[in-house]
Amino acid sequence: MAWTPDRPLVSIKDVHKIFGNLEVLKGITMDVMKREVVCIIGPSGSGKSTLLRCVNALVPIERGSILVEGQEVNDAKLDKLALRRKVGMVFQQYNLFPHKTALENVMMAPVHVLKRDRKEVETQARALIAKVRLTGKEASYPGELSGGQQQRIAIARSLAMNPDVMLFDEVTAALDPETVKGVLVTIRELAEDGMTCMIVTHEMGFAREVANRIYFTDGGVLVEHGPPKEFFAHPRDPRTKQFLDQIL
Amino acid sequence: MIVDRTDLAVLKPFRTGAREPWRISIWHGVALAAALAVAVGVGEAQAQVAAGEPGIVETILKWTPLLAQGFALNIAMSFMAMAIGTVVGVPLGLAQVSLLPPVRTGSWFVTQFFRNSPWLVLLFYCMLLLPFELRIGNTIVPLPGWLKSTIGLSLPVMANVSELVRGAVRSIPFGQWEAADSLAMSRRQTLTMVILPQCVKRMTPPWMNLYAILTVATPLTSVVGVSEAMTLTGDILSSEARTELLVPMYLYLLLWFFIYCYPIARATLALEKRFAVK
Repeated sequence: MAWTPDRPLVSIKDVHKIFGNLEVLKGITMDVMKREVVCIIGPSGSGKSTLLRCVNALVPIERGSILVEGQEVNDAKLDKLALRRKVGMVFQQYNLFPHKTALENVMMAPVHVLKRDRKEVETQARALIAKVRLTGKEASYPGELSGGQQQRIAIARSLAMNPDVMLFDEVTAALDPETVKGVLVTIRELAEDGMTCMIVTHEMGFAREVANRIYFTDGGVLVEHGPPKEFFAHPRDPRTKQFLDQIL
Repeated sequence: MIVDRTDLAVLKPFRTGAREPWRISIWHGVALAAALAVAVGVGEAQAQVAAGEPGIVETILKWTPLLAQGFALNIAMSFMAMAIGTVVGVPLGLAQVSLLPPVRTGSWFVTQFFRNSPWLVLLFYCMLLLPFELRIGNTIVPLPGWLKSTIGLSLPVMANVSELVRGAVRSIPFGQWEAADSLAMSRRQTLTMVILPQCVKRMTPPWMNLYAILTVATPLTSVVGVSEAMTLTGDILSSEARTELLVPMYLYLLLWFFIYCYPIARATLALEKRFAVK
């Protein structure tokens, strides 16, 4: 059955992930529709980051199913590279390539992975760098940029592959407070442009503002989910209440 | 308000006062030259007793062209052994980080075998096991002793380069792999475009260090009869048959190696400082 946009872009069903004898994900199920923005929140070690890494097959899963545009990720014959062309990811530690300039970082994958024309990619890359408000920093090396600037270049690098869904893994957790806003604004604009996003974050205000749906995970299980207004105003599960009490 | 005294436990930056680890310095060269001067002086004084013989400085200068020829062979052998060792060692090191267990284990074994064998023993093996000529079709390629021992020296170099590569690849943060993976780059693309370019920087200083070690190890080949500087010094001394020449001649040889290797050590140090993580 071919995938059609009326069905979930990412469909996660009963996913289990075990590291050694530690079960990190104990049966997670969630659907993300096209153009939907979901925020996943929860205490540290609840499996949020692992869940994202399962979606683009950075981490294999033991049991369950993840469909990305109808393609099964939990499949030994999976074409990982084809999957990852559709799924962009931004990391907590930016992970820019330190030996390449900002522009080269953004251009590398489209030129070498997608084999696109270099000129054309450069035009797109410069536009993306402008979009994340870093015009003038094209020739800078990552070491010369602040954390927030590096993170925005990392977002541009990911966008250059024209992904269908973006994964954000605690992208502001390692940043200085004054640079957080710029990164969040960039993500919000992306969401407003209709990009499908799965965002793991500790920024509750941001989650409330940008998300269509909030998922709360604790100890490897999905405790509850709902639209942000309802979720923050009337949490049902005692664990959610306790978590929100601690941080709000 | 800023207070500069506090009761809280604060970890202050500290210096241990430890000096830099022992490094070769220009003073070692000066000491060497001074020792040479003293040895020549003492020998000269003795020589004056036995009149009618040429002075020590004169003798050293007389043999310098021959010594230079021998030294050129040392340098040629060090260049070739380094080149062979690097060309073979880099793929061997990459094999050590292969995803295929047999490749990984095999290359690990080869690396460990040659890295933990004494260089002199390897030299002897190469001299004994390699033929003195190779027959390729109808042409006969002679394998002179210096070439065989160059191959012998390149084996431990290969193993050490292999370890350098493995260590450098392992030292690249895991996030770099994840980032490349998430951009749909293949393993080959990740290695050639992301990982290895960053490794080159990290590997250059220890690689130069290895070269300096190799260069000072080339006189080992004198044991298996290669006519390099060490062998020639011995030949010179036996033809002169003057005991007061012994110390000055060997010091003179040392000085040659020092003058060649010291700039490499300095350059290595400078590069290390430049590449140091801020």
